[in-house]
Amino acid sequence: MATDPMKADAVKANPASSAAGADRLQFRDPQRGRELVDLLGRRTAEVGRSPVSVMHVCGSHEQAIARFGLRASFPRDLHVIMGPGCPVCVTDTPEVDEAVVLARQGVHVATYGDMLRVPGTSLSLADAQAEDGAAGRVHVVYSVSQVVELARELAPEPVVFFASGFETTAVATAAVILAGLPANLSILSAHKYIPPVMEIVAEMPHTRVEGFLAAGHAATITGWKIFEPFVERHRLPVVVAGFEPLDILAGLATLVELVRDGTPRVVNTFPRCVTAEGNLRAQEQLWQVFKPAGGRWRGIAHVPNGNLRLRDEHAGVDARRRFDIDLAELWAGAPSALAAECVCGDIMAGLTDPHACRLFGRECVPSNPVGACMVSTEGTCRIWHQYGGVPDLRPGHDGEAAAETEGAGTEGAAAC
Amino acid sequence: MLSPRDSVIGLKHGAGGPAMRSLIRQVFLGGGDGGGNNGAGGNGARAGEGGVPLAHLDDGAALRVGDRWLVVTTDSHVVHPVFFPGGDIGRLAVAGTVNDLAMMGATDVLALTCGVILEEGFPVAELERIQASMEATCAEAGAEIVAGDTKVMGRGEVDGIVLNTTGVAFTDRVVGDRGLTVGDRLLVTGTVGDHGLAVMAVRNDLGLEGDLRSDVAPLNRLIRAAMDAAGDDLVAMKDPTRGGLSSALHEMAEKAGVGIVLEEAAVPLRNEVRAAGELLGIDPLHVANEGKALLAVRPGAADAVLAALRAHPLGAEAAIVGTAVAERAGSVILDTGFGRRLLAEPEGELLPRIC
Repeated sequence: MATDPMKADAVKANPASSAAGADRLQFRDPQRGRELVDLLGRRTAEVGRSPVSVMHVCGSHEQAIARFGLRASFPRDLHVIMGPGCPVCVTDTPEVDEAVVLARQGVHVATYGDMLRVPGTSLSLADAQAEDGAAGRVHVVYSVSQVVELARELAPEPVVFFASGFETTAVATAAVILAGLPANLSILSAHKYIPPVMEIVAEMPHTRVEGFLAAGHAATITGWKIFEPFVERHRLPVVVAGFEPLDILAGLATLVELVRDGTPRVVNTFPRCVTAEGNLRAQEQLWQVFKPAGGRWRGIAHVPNGNLRLRDEHAGVDARRRFDIDLAELWAGAPSALAAECVCGDIMAGLTDPHACRLFGRECVPSNPVGACMVSTEGTCRIWHQYGGVPDLRPGHDGEAAAETEGAGTEGAAAC
Repeated sequence: MLSPRDSVIGLKHGAGGPAMRSLIRQVFLGGGDGGGNNGAGGNGARAGEGGVPLAHLDDGAALRVGDRWLVVTTDSHVVHPVFFPGGDIGRLAVAGTVNDLAMMGATDVLALTCGVILEEGFPVAELERIQASMEATCAEAGAEIVAGDTKVMGRGEVDGIVLNTTGVAFTDRVVGDRGLTVGDRLLVTGTVGDHGLAVMAVRNDLGLEGDLRSDVAPLNRLIRAAMDAAGDDLVAMKDPTRGGLSSALHEMAEKAGVGIVLEEAAVPLRNEVRAAGELLGIDPLHVANEGKALLAVRPGAADAVLAALRAHPLGAEAAIVGTAVAERAGSVILDTGFGRRLLAEPEGELLPRIC
């Protein structure tokens, strides 16, 4: 039976940590980290083959892995792949186009900052904003309640909230819709639902994934039991994990143990936040407002039930039904030639990584992104770039060669 | 590294990182590495053998005068707001230039000059406060302003007030920022990130100020203590202002052709700075310090220098934070305690995630 490596911490905080006071967080204790790294190494070796490949499906997991340099501590035989865990990155081109067209039609479009630079067919919202037609009509917001305030300020002018995010964010949108929106505010939902895409990735012909690390915050809403049917169907283990370095190491240690034992099931290593059933009230609100619908996720595939669209009862606030959105006007604009070289889709499907992309860190940088993965703070390319572009400092690992090329490139450029 | 898109100046060109260095190289050093003849006078003839010319892009220049070195540095100061927790633009202008001199080894300030550019409508009472603050900071540093200039520009032509300070000082020994060799230890003189996060918190009205306070202070006396303790074993110094500790480490690593391993857990950090950084999504290693120095010393001298720093009130929280290594020349490796990764240099203006 899989044991919970974090349990010891839950009942008995490391005395060294608590003695050091508030600045030494319990889940950032390097000593405990080293123990978990050793455990992960032993369990990976016990699997008896190489590589052991597991996937996480959350940008916040990649952020923590990169920020704490965890890849350098992972066992050599363990591949931790980042899957489609960035809601901004998987927002499809036509969805961006819809927001761009609305802004050009004179509608105020409010959205989260990450969405501004996501490329559409020929324009991003940031590009549209730079045109005269849409100038001053694109607004960055930090919360859905801020959108409501904005709509009240701008009334009676029409305002559309271009809403992105997984179920964690969709519940906030749902709650606000149920509370009643100002008459001039409607919702353009690009919300996505994570469980269905795990099915897609598990079924991809080239998939090497032997287990999934599920996102703790999303599971706070859905509960961990939601993954049980998936485990049944695919015979792959799922471990729900939090976002501190110890959470991730403990989650992986458990996941590899399940792989080793060939006992696929769901294990919750984030019990301080996640329950079996999840937040029932939030789920109720989510499904009162949204219904699952099939749709393309950028670069990945058509994902049955992967999109969250507004139910008919809420047609009155659905921007897609309130406005006539003609995307054809954008098709005349040529997509960037570089966009054809972008491998974001394969990266999000876990088939390759940013180093396989010729554009990474050269033509494609956060200030001038080519693909969506370099736009969002949850995108793999952006995260790798933010933390130095070399995710794995183990000697002789593929990062070394890439770093040298990169260094040479910088020097060459500086000299000219 | 000006890309073809950079036909105009962006904020990143002033952020202390790679974009700023390449702009300076391209425009002011005539596109070369500064070793040859070029219009801006970065050729180094004036600095003399063993001196520090413009092309070194160090904190200041060192010119041979008789048997001593004359160190010259200049700095323009803009900060919004002009008064912030822990300091103001006047204190910043004096401390900034005194510190740039000190980072070259010149700790006895001969003289400062101050140019003031004011916007029409700027309150005289605020100018008086700024002047008083400059005077007090000069007293702390044992410095004096010996020449000045005042200009007024129309409303909207400048943002409130701009101060430029130039400093000159003699020294017997010049300390540059390129002297690292493998094995050298790196010390910081105290907590990092205080100034940048304090200013960012008030600027964006985040209601986070709490105990966030700028560390702005003149460091010349602290640095004198470190130099006396280290002798020739102090091999490089830099003040981690714009771009933070990260940029200062990168510059040292690049110029010396070594890698640097930074031990994250050893870097002194106030709890409030750590918390504000987490909340804003900003790494305190990337934000400006105005009262801290980064010192590189030969391994045998590290403990003595640390003790000398800690004996001074401005260095009470000094710590040994890193080591120069042979691997990954020009890069900074962050050891997080859980693993290792490269520490990236901040690329543009740091923007809080939530505003």
